[in-house]
Amino acid sequence: MGLEQFINEAISPWLKQDGPDSDIVMSSRIRLARNIEQIPFPIVASQDELEGVLHFVQNHFNHQSFEHYKNLEFVQINELTTTEKQVLVEKHLISPHLANKSNDGAALISKSEQLSIMINEEDHVRMQLYFPGLQLEKALEEAFQIDDWLEEKLDYAFDEHRGYLTSCPTNVGTGMRASVMMHLPALSMTQKMNQMIPAINQLGLVVRGIYGEGSEALGNIFQISNQITLGRSEQDIIENLKSVVQKLIEQERHARAVLMDQSELALEDKVYRSYGVLERSRIIESKETATCLSDVQLGIDLGIITNISKSILNELMVLTQPAFLQQYAGKTLAPQERDVFRASLIRERLTLEQKEEF
Amino acid sequence: MICQDCHQNSATVHLTQVINGHKTEIHVCESCAKEKGYVSEEEEPYSLHNLLSGLFHFDTSAMEKNSSNQTKLNKELTCSKCGLTYKEFTQVGKFGCASCYQTFGDNLNPIFRRVHSGNTTHEGKVPRRIGSDIYQRKKLTDLKRTLQQLITDEAFEEAAKVRDEIKSLERDLNQDGEGEA
Repeated sequence: MGLEQFINEAISPWLKQDGPDSDIVMSSRIRLARNIEQIPFPIVASQDELEGVLHFVQNHFNHQSFEHYKNLEFVQINELTTTEKQVLVEKHLISPHLANKSNDGAALISKSEQLSIMINEEDHVRMQLYFPGLQLEKALEEAFQIDDWLEEKLDYAFDEHRGYLTSCPTNVGTGMRASVMMHLPALSMTQKMNQMIPAINQLGLVVRGIYGEGSEALGNIFQISNQITLGRSEQDIIENLKSVVQKLIEQERHARAVLMDQSELALEDKVYRSYGVLERSRIIESKETATCLSDVQLGIDLGIITNISKSILNELMVLTQPAFLQQYAGKTLAPQERDVFRASLIRERLTLEQKEEF
Repeated sequence: MICQDCHQNSATVHLTQVINGHKTEIHVCESCAKEKGYVSEEEEPYSLHNLLSGLFHFDTSAMEKNSSNQTKLNKELTCSKCGLTYKEFTQVGKFGCASCYQTFGDNLNPIFRRVHSGNTTHEGKVPRRIGSDIYQRKKLTDLKRTLQQLITDEAFEEAAKVRDEIKSLERDLNQDGEGEA
């Protein structure tokens, strides 16, 4: 398979669209956790009970469509290879928990890959909905509609005082985790992000890096999400999150402008060096890839680099993950082999830019 | 920001822990967070269930001081539906089924308060089908609030519409009530 075709199939269709403020906000996500009444939660349920849930969902929702979420495909996790599972994780369509720890897990995934409904994860039902850019209200509105549609067939475990009952006390109430993925290179470069994080925490929000194996926010990509799910309405939670995200966007734009104003040459140098590394290297680790991609993306957003498509960071952050590389290679790769393969995939991908508008 | 535990990696996990109204900020790297049990290794590394089990401990010791009988009672609480005991719940930090919420009842309030900034009661969405009664009542409350706002804003034409909506909703609710009785 050619790289172009591989990328076309690998990148979720919704990720290719532009959204509001998508130069800084990579995506917005709403996740709702629901359980089915009368059936114990997955950690306690028997295999029969879990299979019952699975078959019920398969019978009622496989190949169904709701509004523009066409043709939900029922994917049973234990029928997938390790690489296939991992690819779904890297696309954020299923959680590592569902891929590795659930016995009778499944997912209903819409054609656009914007909607994924995990079955028998920590809760019986966990739907997640993605939108490009900052679109929390829209995401919530549609998540609610999908929730109502599912509820026509499923009896949810709900209590008037405690709300939607979930396996973990951290999700009870709304069962909602709203999150926004942001690219904040200028705030990170100027050390401002560190100062802002405690303030964001005070507002009941959690900030974390989402790429990388332990300690850092690789690629200057941060996820901001709500910590509290009980005692506030979904709209309030989203309003709170949105106002913080908007502040961060403002601050990031300001920091970018200051950088351009005060150290344009140094910034250009940094951007072009990273571009050079991506374009020329023969061996590259995921950490260096993320750093360079972040620089190049900043260069594109600031108009320093004009001949690369705007979605490069979103695209290559996903494509250069281990399982994707192995899928493209068509075989299992040792870590060192991956670094070689990663470098060649990036080089090839950048060559596509020069050939045509990708 | 450097991890406050290992002082080597940069801190990427940031939590605010509230115990009895006393706020502590925690800034650690992901590996220290995992080690200390602030986060799980699963989908949401910021999920607090490990941190929770620490809080439960705190809870029990406080209760032991107050009344050992009470503690004994709590420890023996067992969910009749799934068999999970309160003690197991405090160790695992997860409920076994929906009935656990009923079984453990008000014992859960201190836990919810800590995790959810003092909240114990749901304020959000209600399932449309199974919760239609609750849904209607909630809608009524919301409409009344809107009406007040409209009156304050002197938007009387809008207010009249909302008032009619309230009336018809109240009629529906009353009829349902009578039907059941």
